Amino acid sequence: MASMQSLDIKNRSATSLPSPSVRSHTELAKLIDVSKCIGCKACQVACMEWNDLRGPVGENTGVYDNPQDLNEHTWTLMRFSEVEPDDFSFEWLIRKDGCMHCDDPGCLKACPAPGAIVQYANGIVDFISEKCIGCGYCIAGCPFDIPRLSRADNRAYKCTLCSDRVAVGLEPACVTTCPTGCITFGTKEDMKQQAVLRIADLNSRGYDNAGLYDPPGVGGTHVMYVLQHADRPGLYHGLPEDPRISPMVGFWQGITKPLAIGALALLAMASFLHFIKHGPNVAEEDDDAPSRDKTRDRKEESSHVE
Amino acid sequence: MTNHWVDIKNADLILIMGGNAAEAHPCGFKWVTEAKANRGAKLVVVDPRFTRSAAVSDYYAPVRVGSDIAFLGGVIRYLLETGQINHEYVAHYTNAALIVKEEYSFADGLFSGYDEVNRRYDRSSWGYELGEDGYVRADETLQHPRCVYQLMKTHFDRYTPEVVSRITGTPEDRFLKICEMIGETSRPDKVMTIMYALGWTQHSVGSQNIRTMAMIQLLLGNMGMPGGGVNALRGHANVQGITDMNLVTTNLPGYLGLPGDDDQSFEGFMDKRALKPVRPGQMSFWQNYPKFHVSLMKAWWGEHANADNGFAWDYLPHVDKPYDVLQMFELMHAGQMNGFLCQGFNPLAAVSHKAKMSTALARLKYMVVMDPLATETSEFWRNFGEFNPVNTRQIQTEVFRLPTTLFAEEDGTFTNSGRVIAWKEKAVDPPGVARTDRRIIAGLYLELKRLYEEEGGAYPDPIVHLHWPYGNPDEPSAPELLREISGRALQDIGDIPAGRQLAGFGQLRDDGGTACGNWLYSGCWSAEGNLTARRDTADPSGLGIYPGWGFAWPANRRILYNRAACDTQGKPWDPRRAPIAWDGSRWSGPDIPDMRPTAAPGEQVSPFIMLPEGVARLFAGMNDGPFPEHYEPFESPLGYNPLHPDQPAVTSNPAARVFANDWASFGTARDFPYAATTYRLTEHMHFWTKHSLANAIVQPSQFIEIGEALAREKGIANGDQVTVESNRGEITATAVVTKRIKPLRVEGRTVHTVGIPIHWGFTGVANKGYLANVLTPFVGDANSQTPEFKAFLVNIEKA
Repeated sequence: MASMQSLDIKNRSATSLPSPSVRSHTELAKLIDVSKCIGCKACQVACMEWNDLRGPVGENTGVYDNPQDLNEHTWTLMRFSEVEPDDFSFEWLIRKDGCMHCDDPGCLKACPAPGAIVQYANGIVDFISEKCIGCGYCIAGCPFDIPRLSRADNRAYKCTLCSDRVAVGLEPACVTTCPTGCITFGTKEDMKQQAVLRIADLNSRGYDNAGLYDPPGVGGTHVMYVLQHADRPGLYHGLPEDPRISPMVGFWQGITKPLAIGALALLAMASFLHFIKHGPNVAEEDDDAPSRDKTRDRKEESSHVE
Repeated sequence: MTNHWVDIKNADLILIMGGNAAEAHPCGFKWVTEAKANRGAKLVVVDPRFTRSAAVSDYYAPVRVGSDIAFLGGVIRYLLETGQINHEYVAHYTNAALIVKEEYSFADGLFSGYDEVNRRYDRSSWGYELGEDGYVRADETLQHPRCVYQLMKTHFDRYTPEVVSRITGTPEDRFLKICEMIGETSRPDKVMTIMYALGWTQHSVGSQNIRTMAMIQLLLGNMGMPGGGVNALRGHANVQGITDMNLVTTNLPGYLGLPGDDDQSFEGFMDKRALKPVRPGQMSFWQNYPKFHVSLMKAWWGEHANADNGFAWDYLPHVDKPYDVLQMFELMHAGQMNGFLCQGFNPLAAVSHKAKMSTALARLKYMVVMDPLATETSEFWRNFGEFNPVNTRQIQTEVFRLPTTLFAEEDGTFTNSGRVIAWKEKAVDPPGVARTDRRIIAGLYLELKRLYEEEGGAYPDPIVHLHWPYGNPDEPSAPELLREISGRALQDIGDIPAGRQLAGFGQLRDDGGTACGNWLYSGCWSAEGNLTARRDTADPSGLGIYPGWGFAWPANRRILYNRAACDTQGKPWDPRRAPIAWDGSRWSGPDIPDMRPTAAPGEQVSPFIMLPEGVARLFAGMNDGPFPEHYEPFESPLGYNPLHPDQPAVTSNPAARVFANDWASFGTARDFPYAATTYRLTEHMHFWTKHSLANAIVQPSQFIEIGEALAREKGIANGDQVTVESNRGEITATAVVTKRIKPLRVEGRTVHTVGIPIHWGFTGVANKGYLANVLTPFVGDANSQTPEFKAFLVNIEKA
């Protein structure tokens, strides 16, 4: 990544250094109007094409969702739900699933690899794959169950909100290709305004509970849905009603990590005392390896920043 | 489309029936979402399945496959009964007032003039009654018992909501709700559009399905209106183009006719085609027929088409009957056809009754396949196990495969559903040894010509005299061909010098002074240049007309019959939706008037200028009757026609052609109790995209859709393998058990529907599957011969 882009980074996993803050930023968002979605999967294919992703040809297992789940080659997926919201009606709800780009991203919080997950000031949450250590904590940290580990290279992957396109003023590929205008992209403020109009239209068509899905439990998201039944997001293939970051992630962040750091500090102090008292140890191969790795990590980080 | 894609945004009510626009036309569907978002339009979907279109609709009703005429006939009855029609429009712009001959009758499901042996009608009794002045008699009060209005009222009186519901399985309340919504668009300021596709055409009553809808739009006054019309959504990017250029074997380009056996002279043929007005003052535009025909002959045979030889009259083949695909493969099956040149067509996959098709291909001596892809047709002789279990050793057909360029690998034009001809540039070079179709056909022609010149033959003239003026004779260029299609002056005509491209078909002549390859496309490459390449995004009227984008046939007119968007005084029915209006001295507006520009409203020139009566036909001379009537599909879950239960002869369309050997191939509900239909999925394009990895990934393998009730009855779980069998064969695929298909109550019994997506086969990168047309019947529509893919019978069992 270009060094200038580092000026746009707001948060970085497992890093306590403050981010650069001289630039002014506007938050961006993608709005997915589920009531306009025809499930054509053009967005899914556009994502595959822009990102050069081709998974295996799977099988039909009795549903329209193909592949059956998100995977390292499928960063967005149409989820089809046949629902009967009440005794008289039947609806086929089709939701484009993928990373929600949370304002308070559980993946980033959970990630122990410094700088492997970043959040740009425009709201995009991106995986910096070369720093990914394949631990899978981001998956546990995600309240939407989005990231997937690749078995081939043991790294986690998900939608980048086309951060490469957005950085040069283009819309994400899925937005450009959507034939019905169901997916739109712009400032988060504009997208919210647009949602108001869409919700009014849906209200006029009898959807009294139409609304915007921008869940506060994760600080709001930079991918938002207009839902016909915003009171029941679960109808849309189990969209979480009140997504929050798993308490385990908070635990890791709030208690476990300081404790671990404290333990490390204690260990360092003990080592120092040991050194004062007994002089240097004779280095053994195995002891030296982790510290060398650490040095390399830091080098890569600085090269990324440059 | 009488209107065009962008125009859908002008509609207040959008009816999708006989099609599934969201699924099969996702890009065009954007105009539905525009209409909904910007004018609060409502979307109604009527379909046997709850489709992707239904998923975003405001109202949905199920309908049994093959019962659309009953549904629409019921709508006509509702409109007439409640008076929700545009009375001025109906009285003056349709033939409602015209009086029909006394000999016309309809009884027991048959119209007058039926010939049982040949399964066809003598249509002479369906004509109008003529007055002493030689013109058709009319009663503008619509009271005469034999005026079309009264006959129509009587005819559809049987289609009560109760009868409709009993035949179609559509719940009565849903049917009536939709009637109400449709009825509201009889107001001048409310317009409905209809988007249909193969769900209406692929029936033994296909043409009448569409005609019934056209009648509804005429009664409502929606024809000619922005946001209205009758809109066929065409399948391929250029299928409208091939239709215009000559898809039907009895046609010449531009829907001109090919002479039949009984057309013995050029003059007699012209007299028959150049119809004189049958009502006073009407335009009867086909009076210009000789100009179009002669200009076509000049384009084809140049100086060899002249007044002395009836403009190459004897060069044209005279057909004894239509040679549609079903007829062609019937002949092939009977061993009466030796060779087959198959260009851009995959008939083994695309035509019904695969077993018959496969046998037919095996009886050829040779087949030449021109295609960019390795199609099933070109591999019909190869054993693909259960998917194509042929014995290769026994097939002697020699197959030549000539790889051609794909659309992006050549320049040329597409004509879209909305009749807009758009020029496209070549994007990439073709792979390997692929050649353009132009080059292959030119090579074939030049070799034939050489052989005729060197060796002679029975009648070499049409071949050796063909006009071939191209810069590179081995590969005529796309610009050269489009200029030829558009037409030019061959001699000085007024101030048009010889050799100049013509401005339009108004300049064509019947004396050999002009050449034009398709009169409808005339003017698309004028003296101003290639108008199909225009990309002006200006839309001054805001009606989505975009007059400077490409070129729409005819004459760059975007909405056909747009004169009917104004009342008899020339005032728009809805001032916000006025493609043209009478400005006191002429017709003008954002669109090109579909009317003589100087025809003052007082002259009473009616808007349907292609017809000799000038008014649209609610009563028309179709092959299978002047009014639509419900007939069951040839494979009916009922086995009788509920409107005529005691008349087995009219269970199914009595005028549909059935080849003698095919009767036995039809199954009955006793062995095959379930109604079946085939259809497309948005992830795939026909049988092409299974060759593309991205498409294969998002919809990888063949499946069958059934409702939960049928699944329970048959012990089938979601994801199980099931075998679907018709009287012609069986296929095995994965079951998708869904709430989107519900059982219907029809004639007091339950009818289940089995849904069969078509896209799989035994070539390509998707998982191999069966051709869905293993199952479908070999019978077509009585007018177009389009096969009945949409309604037949099957059984289904867990595999």
